[in-house]
Amino acid sequence: MSILTALARLLIFPGILFAVPAAWFFLWVERKSVAMMQGRIGPPFMQPFFDFIKLLGKDTPPRNGVAGRLMRAWPLIAVSTAVGAVGLLPVLPSSGGFQGDLILLLALLEVPSICIIAAGFTSRSIFGEIGSAREAVLSVSYNVVFLLAIISVAASQHTFRLEALAQAPATPLRWVGILAILICLPAKLHLNPFSLPNAEQEIYSGPMVEFAGPELAMWELSHGLEWVAATGLVATLIAPQMAFWGLSALVFVALSFGIVLLLSALAAATARLAIDTTVRFYWQCTIIFAVLAVSSALFMRLRS
Amino acid sequence: MKLWNRLMCYCRRHSPWLFHLNSGSCNGCDIEIVAALTPRYDAEQLGVRLEGSPRHADILCVTGPVTKNAVCAIKTVYGQVCGPKAVVAIGSCPATTNVFIDSRTLDGPLSKHIPVDVFVPGCPPRPDAIIEGVAKAAEILAARGNISAQAPPAIEQTVEVQA
Repeated sequence: MSILTALARLLIFPGILFAVPAAWFFLWVERKSVAMMQGRIGPPFMQPFFDFIKLLGKDTPPRNGVAGRLMRAWPLIAVSTAVGAVGLLPVLPSSGGFQGDLILLLALLEVPSICIIAAGFTSRSIFGEIGSAREAVLSVSYNVVFLLAIISVAASQHTFRLEALAQAPATPLRWVGILAILICLPAKLHLNPFSLPNAEQEIYSGPMVEFAGPELAMWELSHGLEWVAATGLVATLIAPQMAFWGLSALVFVALSFGIVLLLSALAAATARLAIDTTVRFYWQCTIIFAVLAVSSALFMRLRS
Repeated sequence: MKLWNRLMCYCRRHSPWLFHLNSGSCNGCDIEIVAALTPRYDAEQLGVRLEGSPRHADILCVTGPVTKNAVCAIKTVYGQVCGPKAVVAIGSCPATTNVFIDSRTLDGPLSKHIPVDVFVPGCPPRPDAIIEGVAKAAEILAARGNISAQAPPAIEQTVEVQA
């Protein structure tokens, strides 16, 4: 039974069967809302699906040797880990089965970004290498804040288990942690103020520059799945506990949708920052939130 | 398999990604391509996306009368676009070399070097003409994809958009 539940979570909800259409839907919401904020009509509803199918039908340049195999492997690893991260989200009240903890979820969320870095260097393009270097610097700068915020959330509830964290009521302390996580999301999803690694005008879309056809389709899909996983993580931390499973799924989707709209508005309203400004922003300004959250969480824990 | 081909054809028609290549243009046509993406014309409704890398693109939009310096770059970039692909010549320059005809710095027109599918004449063409040209190129692309990914376009396939 427990294996069946785990499989159902990975394959149906919130796993592949839900996550892939949700990824396309969120990608569409992002493009559409940016278009509407700019006074345009924007792409049709099925656009990310059209793009995905079209990319599957395109040729890839011939690549031989280890580099060629690696370039086919990186996007697949990114997609599978992103699906795994979505599948771990404690959306429904569990009835046994495999319960990962927060540490596993964070590791799975981080793998796509590492794949992007590796992919840029594997492609041996100068633009890819610059993009990868930027992605690495970005990852170092936001992850300090992101991990501190996650630790503060976990420390305030005395547990790393996702189930317990999702069920615990949201305290004011937790909101500070959630706020810090939200500030990190644009960098994690490469959205506009922090869209340095995939800057199209400066470095020809960075690490993705050499990828074409099905490989690029997988990168697009993994980007969409990262959207689902990252917004879903915040949604599960915010969502109140529901008795009925259908209702909790609905609240999860609605909250994720709200966060996508929020992030898209931010992306539409801002321009790209330089790399040094980004690092300064995270290490000097945002880290205050995270340190405040984690220190007060530890203090509360010592007192109790 | 037939259903898959029809779906692929439909998706190709609705998701043309462009790569913009300047072969010595005066920037007039380049500005009009960008104008086609602005709120007034909004080419994204057709699924058009201006891509940073030729590897991601389906349609190569070439502006300019093809200077001698640009010939090598044009051939390289055309080779970098993965099939099925289409080429749109934007403006009068790539079609005929326009007022620069007989210049010793030029090696045009564009069709001397790579196969062109759609010509959008004008100096510069209006953004709506460019969008129409791209839409026609997307249809050619969809039809071509199902025959053979690398098939060179026949001359009779060449379409001219009325400005």
